[in-house]
Amino acid sequence: MSTTDVELVDYDEAVAEFDPVLGLEVHVELSTVTKMFSAAPTEFGAAPNTQVDPTSLGLPGALPVLNAKALESAVRIGLALNCTIASYCRFARKNYFYPDMPKNFQTSQYDEPIAYDGWLDVDVPASEDGSKPAFTYRVLIERAHMEEDTGKSLHVGGSTGRIHGAEYSLVDYNRAGIPLIEIVTRPLEGTGDRAPDVARAYVAALRDVLRSLDVSDVKMEQGSLRCDVNLSLRPTPDSPLGTRSETKNVNSLRSVERAVRYEVSRHAAVLRAGERVVQETRHWHEDTGLTTSGREKSDAEDYRYFPEPDLVPITPDPAWVEELRAALPEPPAQRRKRLQAEWGFSDLEMRDTANAGAVDLVEATVAAGASPAGARKWWTGELSRRANAEGVELSALRVGPADVAELQALVEAGTLTDRLAREALDGMLAGEGSAAEVVESRGLAVVSDESALVAAVDAAIAANPGVVEKIRGGKAQAAGALIGAVMKEMRGKADAARVRELVVERVGG
Amino acid sequence: MSGVSELVRWDAARLAEGLRAKVVSSEEVVQAHLERIEAVDGPTSGENPDGVHAFLHVDAEGALARARRIDADRAAGAVLGPLAGVPIGVKDVLTTRGMPTTCGSRMLEGWVPPYDATVVRELHGAGLVVLGKTNMDEFAMGSTTEHSAFGPTRNPWDPTRIPGGSGGGSAAALAAFEAPLTIGSDTGGSIRQPAAVTGTVGVKPTYGGVSRYGLVALASSLDQAGPCGRTVLDTALLHAVIAGHDPYDSTSIPEAVPDVVGAARLGAGGDLTGVKVGVVRELSGEGYEPGVLARFTEALDELRAAGAEVVELSLPNIVHALAAYYLILPSEASSNLAKYDGMRYGLRVTPAGDGVTAEQVMRATRAAGFGDEAKRRIILGTYALSAGYYDAYYGSAQKVRTLVQRDFAAAFGQVDVLVSPTAPTTAYRLGEKLDDPLAMYAGDVATIPANLAGIPGMSLPVGLSDGLPVGLQVLAPQQADDRLYRVGAALEARLTATWGGPLLAQVPEWKGLSA
Repeated sequence: MSTTDVELVDYDEAVAEFDPVLGLEVHVELSTVTKMFSAAPTEFGAAPNTQVDPTSLGLPGALPVLNAKALESAVRIGLALNCTIASYCRFARKNYFYPDMPKNFQTSQYDEPIAYDGWLDVDVPASEDGSKPAFTYRVLIERAHMEEDTGKSLHVGGSTGRIHGAEYSLVDYNRAGIPLIEIVTRPLEGTGDRAPDVARAYVAALRDVLRSLDVSDVKMEQGSLRCDVNLSLRPTPDSPLGTRSETKNVNSLRSVERAVRYEVSRHAAVLRAGERVVQETRHWHEDTGLTTSGREKSDAEDYRYFPEPDLVPITPDPAWVEELRAALPEPPAQRRKRLQAEWGFSDLEMRDTANAGAVDLVEATVAAGASPAGARKWWTGELSRRANAEGVELSALRVGPADVAELQALVEAGTLTDRLAREALDGMLAGEGSAAEVVESRGLAVVSDESALVAAVDAAIAANPGVVEKIRGGKAQAAGALIGAVMKEMRGKADAARVRELVVERVGG
Repeated sequence: MSGVSELVRWDAARLAEGLRAKVVSSEEVVQAHLERIEAVDGPTSGENPDGVHAFLHVDAEGALARARRIDADRAAGAVLGPLAGVPIGVKDVLTTRGMPTTCGSRMLEGWVPPYDATVVRELHGAGLVVLGKTNMDEFAMGSTTEHSAFGPTRNPWDPTRIPGGSGGGSAAALAAFEAPLTIGSDTGGSIRQPAAVTGTVGVKPTYGGVSRYGLVALASSLDQAGPCGRTVLDTALLHAVIAGHDPYDSTSIPEAVPDVVGAARLGAGGDLTGVKVGVVRELSGEGYEPGVLARFTEALDELRAAGAEVVELSLPNIVHALAAYYLILPSEASSNLAKYDGMRYGLRVTPAGDGVTAEQVMRATRAAGFGDEAKRRIILGTYALSAGYYDAYYGSAQKVRTLVQRDFAAAFGQVDVLVSPTAPTTAYRLGEKLDDPLAMYAGDVATIPANLAGIPGMSLPVGLSDGLPVGLQVLAPQQADDRLYRVGAALEARLTATWGGPLLAQVPEWKGLSA
């Protein structure tokens, strides 16, 4: 357990010297209305110990009944990850004592998962500086199984928020019994120095798949998608697997990448020092970017698994499984490639769109009549900024794809300049109505009355004889002052390009 | 029976008829039973040599209030169930909202559940009046009720003897006329063996036939709640109330319950022509008391006289059932009893000193809260499930279980029901086997196979041996519980005729040890 004191090895040196092998375990909280084994509600953020019933509290006599929706979600996830769906499987009891576990055993699947032997193709993007190319990596999925979540302990007093040193602990059982799917990969080999990128890309791709299935909120910051990173190093790709560490609590995409980098550097340091890596659970600290040792985990740990006698075996009807398979949505990666081709976006444009979480919104905006480029500009630009400022999801903004399409149509028709369009957007976000209504009520439309423009240009020429002299003397850039004066007079509601034409025409004439 | 109403001698069917005809009110009936409990049961906790101590908790006020409501409903012309207004005792292993549920353990002393077991909800729905909770071995582990943390129950036939277990309270309450009906639970014989040694009737239904929701688990794959009564018909009437599918119990059977009441009425005619009865060779003979075997043999003669064809057959793997059971039960129990840790409800023992951890509280609580028998089985089960031992113990036991199930399937291909003595002995003395758990376990040899196979079983009285009751066990295939009632009722009718009345008419008036 002395490994935290070791000086880290530089990442590039570490991956030059050792071959990293990853394993990722992702826990997904399903967004079912009720819990895995009872009718208790699952609302996030409710007052402590209000989302409970006899079963989720593990009261004497209470029994579990499998949530049919959770089973359906598990099967759909398995299918989307190209897994085989078990024709017969059972739950098991994982026995250990901990205060946040109401029954002191967790009902989970052990050697009979609902889905197994799948894969997911992951598009790993090129590095930012372009020095490392984009590529596709096939992640092999070992299994996806169902289990229930535990409660949450809150350790009060002490400095660390950890159980040691706390004055007392409080337990909230709201989370106990929330349905979880645990998705476990096989060892990811051959990633080389791209291990952190592959890990991040996998979690991102998995999140997209889960989102497309509409089975989970997949909010890493709220814990509805949690990632444990297993990592080991070996001297060469031919060597047997090294001892792994399991880093828990890695709750953002960036952290996944950072945690892998950190552990690669740490393992390399331990190995270089001639020490042995300890098989243990480690905790990731988002703030410091470090992992620290948790409990030591040996193979001797004995959970005394046995088949859960309170639940009957699960035997999914093959016809039902095929129905679910046929109704699966288009895989997100495939859909993204199709849309990119349809929209004519560059790789970078498409990635920006995806990173902004705007693919669906752009698609809907295009469907409402906007050009793909116009739709993208709004959603990844101005609207993303507004959403960030308000701290909400893009889809939670007051304007939807149809509104954006209408606004963009006004821009393309010349009715609004970009600046006016942004002003119209203010009104739309404030709930003043559709784009057309805001343009009308705020009087935002570009003035297209030529005689009014000509009059304003002539007035500016008359008021600025010195400027006119300069223009006539060959200083074309001096026209800006006249244009500015005209725009001011028109209160911005003029097409600047047309004003420039008029100025040139009338000064020259 | 001086000073106490004769109403307590009425069986449930007669009480039901009297209530329906408004000859008696539920309030009168309940009052009579409360007085009887007061007279013979003694205080509900602690050592009590002069009381039966069948009850751990009596809810006199609640019971009377409910009885009055039933009477008012009946007076108003409401449609009521056949047993509406009849009082009942419930084994303290079923949760009762607002009424303590201890499972006979210090661990749950004072715990009042916030919810009713499905069985209890069914009782309320049918208008039965719950008098209170009956005594039991701690968490249903034991065959004598001596393992109750609150003191043993005594056998109404002889206060120095055990009433059986774990449901000794439910059986003794019937034999002492404290309740006409009770609910028990049977994991390896906890309904049938107490019925046998108290001269009462008890049925373990088909596994999944009665909901386990709210039945505090001992061994989930073996536990089954069931009805106890003084007659086969009474037991059938109660069976019909509590049986049926429950969406809160995954292992509950969705199919309709067979007509057990109709079967009991049919059987009461005493005719079993065309019925094939199998005698299990491995469950009689060596190890069974001569008096038990004598009554059993006479009962077989009665079955033949009723027109049944009686054949002997063998279930070879049944001899391994006891060993398999005492691995499966502790394994499941070690997990089911893990929740009693002092964190959420029940007993909490905090060791002295600063910086006490949750783990230390758990240890201290479990050390203080569980009795020896519970600890013995938790340790046994924890060991049997451990890595490296799982296959040899739990795994092998499950294989034996499958073989026992196959033996029964083969036997029921040849006969309609199987019979055996319920227990190898009559009621032994309190304390006799307290220090010899293996001897106590051996008493379950005839009842355990039914739990392993998930089939229904009944025990009914077939006479006395040295003044103590002997029970006969009837076993039927899964979901054929009605066969138990037909055969049981026929045998009961013929035996009652030879005795000149029910066997329980011969139970001595309760005088306690002081007599």
